[in-house]
Amino acid sequence: MHDFAQTASNFINLDAVTLIYLFLVGFVGGLVSGFIGSGGAFVLTPGMMSLGVPGLVAVASNMCHKFPKALVGSLKRAKYGQVDVKLGIVLGISAEAGVLYGAHIQENIKKTFGDAGSNLYVSVAFVVILAVVGIFILKDAWKTYRSGTAHEEEKVTKLALWVQSINIPGTMVYFKSLNARISILFTIPLGFATGMLAATIAVGGFIGVPAMIYVLGAPSLMASATELVIAFVMGLGGSFKYALHGMVDIRLAMIILGGSLFGIQLGAIGTTYVKPFMIKVVMGVIMVIVLFSRGLMVPVYLSQLGLIEVIAEDTVKMLKITSFAIMIFALALGAFIVLRAMWQGRKAEKLASQESLVHSKA
Amino acid sequence: MADVMQRTKKKPFGMAILFGIISIGLYIALLGNQDILNDNFAKGGWFAFLPIVTAFVFSYFHGNFTGYFWTILGVEASKKKKEVK
Repeated sequence: MHDFAQTASNFINLDAVTLIYLFLVGFVGGLVSGFIGSGGAFVLTPGMMSLGVPGLVAVASNMCHKFPKALVGSLKRAKYGQVDVKLGIVLGISAEAGVLYGAHIQENIKKTFGDAGSNLYVSVAFVVILAVVGIFILKDAWKTYRSGTAHEEEKVTKLALWVQSINIPGTMVYFKSLNARISILFTIPLGFATGMLAATIAVGGFIGVPAMIYVLGAPSLMASATELVIAFVMGLGGSFKYALHGMVDIRLAMIILGGSLFGIQLGAIGTTYVKPFMIKVVMGVIMVIVLFSRGLMVPVYLSQLGLIEVIAEDTVKMLKITSFAIMIFALALGAFIVLRAMWQGRKAEKLASQESLVHSKA
Repeated sequence: MADVMQRTKKKPFGMAILFGIISIGLYIALLGNQDILNDNFAKGGWFAFLPIVTAFVFSYFHGNFTGYFWTILGVEASKKKKEVK
């Protein structure tokens, strides 16, 4: 870890444009997080680095804005009865272990293969996980939409029914989101994987939320709300770890938080207007687009490691800009879908209340 | 009837202004003392509690303000779906 004096000197100067940029990205990231339980970090960290913030300070500051944001979001969604605090804490604790192990792997890869090796590992993790999970989620959402069952209660998957049927004495715990008792042993690898992904690509929710839905059997709305509790537990532990080494730039974290708290409130409100499968749509769309963004960078890192022919400097620059632009597009599209679904839901509700008023008058 | 009551319900202007002023005050203090913050918050060790406590303080005041902000604008949760299950 860096020496604190050196870290302090690495804290950038903030001008008005930087402030507005961080506030706006924070807002959009918060909006998506409030809705799907995570997201935003994959744009915020590289976004801060593009301003000249050192990588570790960007990761630490992002984490320090994440846990208070997740706290406010989970409290808001708890008001709507969407949060399973017990499941969130149980998964959050094993996720914390996953974060520490994931960071340890990252450090070892960096030591052995350098920055390019570490970047390649992150990009490959992005591409493989987002391809498998993202396409699966999108397919499932499409199936629900096509079958016309979007209004009905979500069906628990066969895998989740099996998990719920296994009885391991001494480890069984009741979770309200599942309306069932499951062995806590099943939650450990899921939480651990969520934490490892959070340490690798900064968005653990891309594993955590689908795991709660498809493996444990939680409804989409509850899974995405409970993810906020996991993010709080993980973020608090992670922030403290980085703060011990003086890596957190509190100004960056609080400015992003300024925008993201406006966004997370809005995203949380949005969940009360939409059909549950919309959570899967937004998450799947973001995952598949981000997958392309990271995929573009794989040849760059391969060439830096000497595994393929050297790519020209201009091409590398171009790929970097395109990759970042696609990421911003993914986040903006996610936010657009959330706002549109919310707008339509509000309109439909207003129309229905007007109709019922006319009926009651008649 | 409940619908009419909801519409006539008073909006929390007082609370929004109170939390808004505190929130703005916090941000002025943050941006006005950047050098002091950079020096002390990056010391590590026991000083690690400083950013954590700051984050909790901001989340309480600014979080409440943003909540009231949307309420005043009329952006509130659906009355139909309060519970998931």
